[in-house]
Amino acid sequence: MKPFEYTRLSTDDLSSDTALYDTTFLAGGTNLVDLMKYGVEKPDAIADIGQLPYDQIEEFADGLRLGALATNADTAYHPAVKNKYPVLNKAILSAASSQLRNRATNGGNLLQRTRCYYFYDTAMPCNKREPGSGCAAIKGFNRIHAILGTSASCIATHPSDMCVALAALEAKVHILRKGATLVMPFDQIHRLPGEHPEKDHNLEPGDLITHIELPNEGFSQNFEYLKIRDRESYAFALVSVAACLKVSAGKIEDVRVALGGVAHKPWKLKEVEHEFIGKEASTENFKSLAEKLIKGAQGFGTNNFKIPLVKRAIVRALNNALNPS
Amino acid sequence: MMLNIGNKQQRVDGPQKVSGSATYSADITSQFYHAYVLQSSIACGSITALDTSAAEAFEGVKGIFTHKNLPERLKNRVDYTDPLSPPGKPFRPFYNNKILYNGQPIALVVAETFEQARYASSLIKVTYKEEEFKGSLYENLKNASADRTPDPASNRGDFKKAFKNSEYTITQEYRQSRNYHNPMEPHATSVEYKDDGSIVVYDKIQGVGSSLKYLNGVFGLGADKVQVKSDFVGGAFGSGLRPQYQLFMATLAALELKRNVQMVMTRAQMFSFGYRPEVIHTMKLGCSKDGTLQALSHRTVGETSTFEDFNETIVDWSGLLYKCEHVNLEYELTPVQSYTPLDMRAPGGVSGVYALECAIDELAHEAGIDPLEFRRKNYVDYDQNEDKPFTSKELMACYDRCEELFGWKNKKTSSENEPHLLTGFGMATGSWEALQQPASVSLTMDENGMFTIKCATADIGTGTYTVMSQIAADKLGVPIEKIEFKLGDTAYPDSPIEGGSWTVSSVGSAVAGVCKKFQYRIADVWKRNNPDYQQVDFDAILFQDGNLEYDAKTFSFAEIMQQASKEELSIAHNEAKIEGQTTHSGYAHCCVMVEVTVDQDLGIIKVPRIVNVSAAGKIINPKTAENQLLGAMIWGLGMALREEGMVDSKYGRIMNANFAEYHIAVNADVHNIHAEFVEEKDDKVNPLGAKGVGELGIVGLASAISNAIYDATGKRLRKLPMLLDDILEV
Repeated sequence: MKPFEYTRLSTDDLSSDTALYDTTFLAGGTNLVDLMKYGVEKPDAIADIGQLPYDQIEEFADGLRLGALATNADTAYHPAVKNKYPVLNKAILSAASSQLRNRATNGGNLLQRTRCYYFYDTAMPCNKREPGSGCAAIKGFNRIHAILGTSASCIATHPSDMCVALAALEAKVHILRKGATLVMPFDQIHRLPGEHPEKDHNLEPGDLITHIELPNEGFSQNFEYLKIRDRESYAFALVSVAACLKVSAGKIEDVRVALGGVAHKPWKLKEVEHEFIGKEASTENFKSLAEKLIKGAQGFGTNNFKIPLVKRAIVRALNNALNPS
Repeated sequence: MMLNIGNKQQRVDGPQKVSGSATYSADITSQFYHAYVLQSSIACGSITALDTSAAEAFEGVKGIFTHKNLPERLKNRVDYTDPLSPPGKPFRPFYNNKILYNGQPIALVVAETFEQARYASSLIKVTYKEEEFKGSLYENLKNASADRTPDPASNRGDFKKAFKNSEYTITQEYRQSRNYHNPMEPHATSVEYKDDGSIVVYDKIQGVGSSLKYLNGVFGLGADKVQVKSDFVGGAFGSGLRPQYQLFMATLAALELKRNVQMVMTRAQMFSFGYRPEVIHTMKLGCSKDGTLQALSHRTVGETSTFEDFNETIVDWSGLLYKCEHVNLEYELTPVQSYTPLDMRAPGGVSGVYALECAIDELAHEAGIDPLEFRRKNYVDYDQNEDKPFTSKELMACYDRCEELFGWKNKKTSSENEPHLLTGFGMATGSWEALQQPASVSLTMDENGMFTIKCATADIGTGTYTVMSQIAADKLGVPIEKIEFKLGDTAYPDSPIEGGSWTVSSVGSAVAGVCKKFQYRIADVWKRNNPDYQQVDFDAILFQDGNLEYDAKTFSFAEIMQQASKEELSIAHNEAKIEGQTTHSGYAHCCVMVEVTVDQDLGIIKVPRIVNVSAAGKIINPKTAENQLLGAMIWGLGMALREEGMVDSKYGRIMNANFAEYHIAVNADVHNIHAEFVEEKDDKVNPLGAKGVGELGIVGLASAISNAIYDATGKRLRKLPMLLDDILEV
């Protein structure tokens, strides 16, 4: 990998607002270090944030705070997550391997990069890696690519499972920006590729995620995280669905559906969910919700199957959430 | 005394492996320069400019090799072949500026550290004149030709007529995608450069003799200047049958820089050489009303490179496994712009039997006959391709035992709780050759009665160290602790390469042979020194526990051999093939049955159960044999449902060269899996009566899963791998 300058950040460093601007943060390193070996990421300077005090998971009156440096494993197995936010527990445990989950952090999970074959291979054109070089996936292999919110320059997906559950739970992300705290709703963190696929998210250089806040409602009774992939473990989602329901007398009181593996960000449409509040919790309505949620879906050849698959997965996930086994 | 052969002997090298003290080729601890290869980013064309200045200037870089500075003597040498080179011209690294395939090595950077070498390689500026990539096998079928393949087994009978007259027929095409070997240990070569210009080469290879042959051909060093060693191989599956480019690279750099050089491939580079080729089969089968197979035609077209004609024995299996009088076999190759394919676990057998066993299942269903009964009905007990009897064939016992173990008749139906889940049963027959090659071994005994047996063979994780120790212990009549079996060194007696499942048969028979010679030797010494026993018949002597026993008297080997000369303590032996192999055909067989579930809404295919029952002669070590079966079966599952080398149609580049996107089966994919053996007596196949089991377990498995998916869903997925979208879209 390209030689780089390495510094270890302490809390004191966070008060100066310029120090962080030009550095790449290193937390668990499970994605960044790989990308550096492949020559996909070539930072000149690395700031190791591993010593910063953001590894706590804390319950508070309005919900739960997940430290950005808490590991995926510690988060998934935390009693409050297991009991109150089981959809998050299930999503995290469906991802990667236990070794990776022991190392990977929550903040890093949000900022992991796409698994597009062409993004990973520096010999290939890729607008995300090298803006303006073209997209080889649109007419190439796109089995793992997006069907929603794509652009002519990029059809990559966000690979996280955890983020799909966080989107469904409508988490908030706390960010340290130039010494001040900024709170961003989860659906504003990631972005669609548009003409700038090189930008995965709306964070600015130097922004540091400190923790993720989960609101009180955890949908612990009626939830599902359904992940469909090419093997039973250790594979990224072709399609995943985080489904959360609150049901009273057969009627939907609240519903959340977030999709993974289909777009450049976890896919969730608040207005579609709203439409179904007060309606009967039935397969028929779930089908209708699915249709509306993926309206405009477009395949690129080898990923065409995702369109029928994601509809069926949404219905299955909602039914499983409705009738927990 | 307890016999070792037939015991579940623990691996003798187990402690070394689990403690990390087993030295693989990249574990040699000399001070090395590290080499990293830059690969082409185009599939076809030429290099017009190559600027290495920035890389040369980078910290720690000691040398860069390309087509521009390859020593003339290497360009003029013509023998780049190895013992398993197929017809054609082997690839010659840095020979000129032509690009023959995407990922071709175009520059070698040598530096003080691996990291420096790798990063410096990215600083090399390459300019290409690119030509169009002409596509994969499917786009090049028009170029298919039988001129590039050896003739398959002879056609027999009148296929056309018999097919026309058949009551039931099927005509189908089956496609298999390209598979990569993916051993856990990446290929590595460590070269130690000695002051006298000689080198010791630690190579990942399935037979050190192959590396030696290649090095002598390419570098012309002379036999006394090169020694090749390979103590441990962390899985190979065929990827180490031919020397790979890291051997050339590390040796080139070591000789030119006169320094120790090591090259370890990255995981991505493990996808830059051989692979199991993509093939397309066309099957035509016909049977009579009662299910008697009447006509069979199997045509296969496979991919090869533009510079070598890689061929396998594929279609012959269709002439072998069932009784059929009218058979037509055709095999053709099509060159594509890629590196040459390479034998992979059960090469050819896996492919040919996949198509055959799917087609047999289809025909059985056409005829309305249970697929197991159909196979029993068309059983054959002699080799129709060669017109010879088998050395042994207990396949019928495999069918019976597998049927019973699996509960073939107890078909499950979908459960009420999960109406979307369909269950299906499927089966297949598998087979693999039982071959023996000539092999040589040496034996010495020291004053403590410890035996050292040496052979240049390999242990690719299969258990060679262990089973050879077992064989020697029994054949000498000593405890297994008294045996040290040494392998993987060109200083040792010649061995065939470890492949073809023939190591137990070949090297094991040689070990048995040298042990017998030792017993004669020790008996002679004993008689010489004990005048009373001059007339004793050899067969009346008992050899056990490290002693010679006669007439209730015990003489220890060590004691007897004190009176022998040093020469008498060293014995060499060459084992040739035996007579039975020319008059008979040797094959191992198996029956595999699987249960699948298919989620009919989401397409998810799972394999809750696999049962394999094999007949493979005498099983020397049921533990290592079972290991081999299970490993092969799991790979069969991967082949059926997971693995696909994805070659981009525009760029000709493999796009999933990593474990994240090239999906080998993982633990979670494996549920209830069982392998066992039936009794099979064989006094013709080799002196041990043992058949190899390294490859058998993967043969047939993909077809059993395909057939089970049909049983569950009514859908025939005539391609590999079978993915969830195939269920959704068929």
